[in-house]
Amino acid sequence: MAETGDLVSIPALLHRNAAAFPRQPAYREKEFGIWQVWSWAEAASEIRAIALGFLALGLQRGDHVAVVGRNRPALYWSMVAAQMCGAVPVPLYQDAVAEEMVYVLDHCGARFVICGDQEQVDKVIEVQDRIHHIEQVVYVDKRGMRKYDHSRMNWLEDVVAEGRAAHRRFDEELDGRIAELDYDSTCVMLYTSGTTGKPKGVVLSNRNIIETSKNSVAFDGLRPGDEVLAYLPMAWVGDFIFSVGQAMWTGFCVNCPESATTMMNDLREIGPTYFFAPPRVFEGQLTNVMIRMEDAGRIKKALFRHYMEVARRVGPAILDGRPVSTADRIAYWIGDKLIYGPLKNTLGFSRVRVGYTAGEAIGPEIFDFYRSLGINLKQLYGQTEASVFITQQPDGQVRSDTVGVPSPGVEVRIAETGEVFYRSPGTFVAYYKNPESTASTKDAEGWVATGDAGFFEEATGHLRIIDRAKDVGKMADGRLFAPKYVENKLKFYPSILEAVVFGNGRERCTAFLNIDLAAVGNWAERNNIAYSSYQELAGHPKVYDMMKGHVEEVNRSIAEDPMLSGCQVHRFLILHKELDADDGEMTRTRKVRRKVIEEKYHDLIAALYDGRTSIHTETEVTYEDGRKGAIRATLRIEDAATHGASAQRMAAE
Amino acid sequence: MNALDVTMDETGADERRIGGVLMEMKNITLRFGGVKAITDISFDIREGEIRAIIGPNGAGKSSMLNVISGFYVPQEGEVWFRGKRRPQMKPYEVAQQGIARTFQNIALFEGMSVLDNIMTGRLTLMKTGLWSQALWWGRAQAEEVEHRAKVERIIDFLEIQHIRKTPVGRLPYGLKKRVELARALATEPKLLLLDEPMAGMNVEEKEDMCRFILDTNDEFGTTIALIEHDMGVVMDLSDRVVVMDYGKKIGDGTPDEIRSNKAVIDAYLGVQHD
Repeated sequence: MAETGDLVSIPALLHRNAAAFPRQPAYREKEFGIWQVWSWAEAASEIRAIALGFLALGLQRGDHVAVVGRNRPALYWSMVAAQMCGAVPVPLYQDAVAEEMVYVLDHCGARFVICGDQEQVDKVIEVQDRIHHIEQVVYVDKRGMRKYDHSRMNWLEDVVAEGRAAHRRFDEELDGRIAELDYDSTCVMLYTSGTTGKPKGVVLSNRNIIETSKNSVAFDGLRPGDEVLAYLPMAWVGDFIFSVGQAMWTGFCVNCPESATTMMNDLREIGPTYFFAPPRVFEGQLTNVMIRMEDAGRIKKALFRHYMEVARRVGPAILDGRPVSTADRIAYWIGDKLIYGPLKNTLGFSRVRVGYTAGEAIGPEIFDFYRSLGINLKQLYGQTEASVFITQQPDGQVRSDTVGVPSPGVEVRIAETGEVFYRSPGTFVAYYKNPESTASTKDAEGWVATGDAGFFEEATGHLRIIDRAKDVGKMADGRLFAPKYVENKLKFYPSILEAVVFGNGRERCTAFLNIDLAAVGNWAERNNIAYSSYQELAGHPKVYDMMKGHVEEVNRSIAEDPMLSGCQVHRFLILHKELDADDGEMTRTRKVRRKVIEEKYHDLIAALYDGRTSIHTETEVTYEDGRKGAIRATLRIEDAATHGASAQRMAAE
Repeated sequence: MNALDVTMDETGADERRIGGVLMEMKNITLRFGGVKAITDISFDIREGEIRAIIGPNGAGKSSMLNVISGFYVPQEGEVWFRGKRRPQMKPYEVAQQGIARTFQNIALFEGMSVLDNIMTGRLTLMKTGLWSQALWWGRAQAEEVEHRAKVERIIDFLEIQHIRKTPVGRLPYGLKKRVELARALATEPKLLLLDEPMAGMNVEEKEDMCRFILDTNDEFGTTIALIEHDMGVVMDLSDRVVVMDYGKKIGDGTPDEIRSNKAVIDAYLGVQHD
């Protein structure tokens, strides 16, 4: 028997929750302007009905059930219902175009697809002429579905009704299948977004998910009565751990927003106690606050500035429980009443006890801003193959430049090459239908290569990540090239949305920049700079001047680190379009795909190195509906001042 | 469990059906002083169809729509609605009859929120009096909750949840148009009149609007009469098209028939006079 007693599967945890706290809220969703609530008992009954309905439709043990749509209780329930039937849920990225869905649907061989709405159904229908194993499509939102051929398609509520009606027929079968689930049966299969090559299906067992949930819940003291907002893609491992694994293990409530566009409002209404967001969400919120403060009256501005200064000085210390003078404590208390409290309330963070950010490096100013307000924002480092957690920051030991200590139950070691390896109960079972990749990632002793380069700080025992191991390269003169390090420094400026740095094997580094339309647009408005399009704003001479300033500042800071001083950006250009996942330039989790960009914009890169001051280019773009178009532009190339590099090079020669 | 179990008046029919004649215009002539805006036009609108009125600038399309809505009373001719000859009516009587419209130049209450604007569309359907509404007591409260529930359905239908509480004056043009459509839908119309629903929109906004018009027609079975300049939109959307030029009807039929109609082509492309 496993270490967790009888609780060896998600359905078993659901059963326990329905018995232990039947009336506590389990799921909330805002619909028609009102938060609808389902208690654990109600959710358990719904999920069972869905499972019975799936049996009636002929779902078999071991089948893969693809789930695609925005975060909704019905879709979470479908995943658990599939597990009850002995099938494996496979959540997919809802914003993937049909082309991208083909590969995953084909690879997992899904017989059932659960769709959120008509948009997703259309994509499934579109791919059905190429793959033929999809037998049943079930949709949640009925809108616009009336005219579709329903011979192999069902509305989820009809499935539920059928399941309820047929319960005498299938009760025994369903109970049998739930009883068959053990600690080693597959819990979920998640496709990695794949910065390189095709996505891989990561098979995670009940042991992986439940052990990880148990350990991480204990680490942060999560408890029933906590609230999370489920708004990150369901296909992402983090959402599965937070909204399914930890929620089921602890019995806390999962809240689903009304739509992607109302997320910020819903966040405020719910006031989660446990919150996760990638850095860009925190960045976006901070940018918004700053923009709105610019428009505030003089007194408010002065108050804000004064008390934010107080917070910057003593806030993190108070949060970490370090000694702070009484005068400062009083000042902070007043600031909390006047500024921090109302601000946290506006942002929806009044009740946050544990907040995490991960996925990308977060700017130190942004990180410190939230912490100084008294929000316990921490960093973690993880990946799909580890069921998220590799390292995380304990309360009171939080810094913006580290990712924390190994999570409970996780062993971490650094190889001679600098690559980070780990071994844990959350370590994935295998890549689906891909034994070669499994073998090359996970060795016989269970150690997994993360593909990231990093090191442990000797004084604190915290891990620091520098870059992707394969991206860390050498420049022509042998100096270290760590593009991500430079890009992150650039991206910490609110006006820079993305940056791509080149220089591997070359003499000097150069960069592409993407402006952040919200921040730069606002700046332009306040400085009376007229523009009619993204492209025009991006190419504006004053925007170039501002960017040049940012690049030169970054160069100065890089020059201070002798190891990395070769990475200073000598020349840069501002791209005429945003890098976009629809064009394949980024992954769905918004990580830059270097290879694709290098190929697509080879003409621009050439121009960066041959000394031209401008270049004319034409770029293919894909619209949201999958159609293609082209944009033409003449881009300026700008030189940026560097520090000490030439002297060093001379010395090296 | 689902606290909100209100169903919109869905037709329930599995096939989208085009029924009998809902409105018929018989030999309409409209004059402003000596100017003839409309000359002897007859056509009908069938239940459940999307009917477009097109024509070059100044052809009399908006006048025609105003005759349909009862705002203009023609000097000659008859308007028949649901089998009865329609007498001269006040605007609120028209609304009570089940006709709703949107305007070419958006006519919303700029200072009010999106939600309140749409709620005004429910006004003709409210039964409680001024005093009980002002006190918000008993029946009036229950009624408001009921109306709010229907309005929320429409907000969901048109995907404008995120601007529910935003004052209309702060919205971009394309969204205002959508709010106006929402308000018209809130009256639960039998016949919906759209005056240039796509004017001034970009391609993406137009595509959204097309989808909402088709969905409205499909989900609620609403009959729609629209004026539009964008020929591509008209030909894709409508079941039948009336073409006007200089106040006269020069064509009437399905989009395909109109496309090959000589008089229409001449009116749009111009004719060479030898």
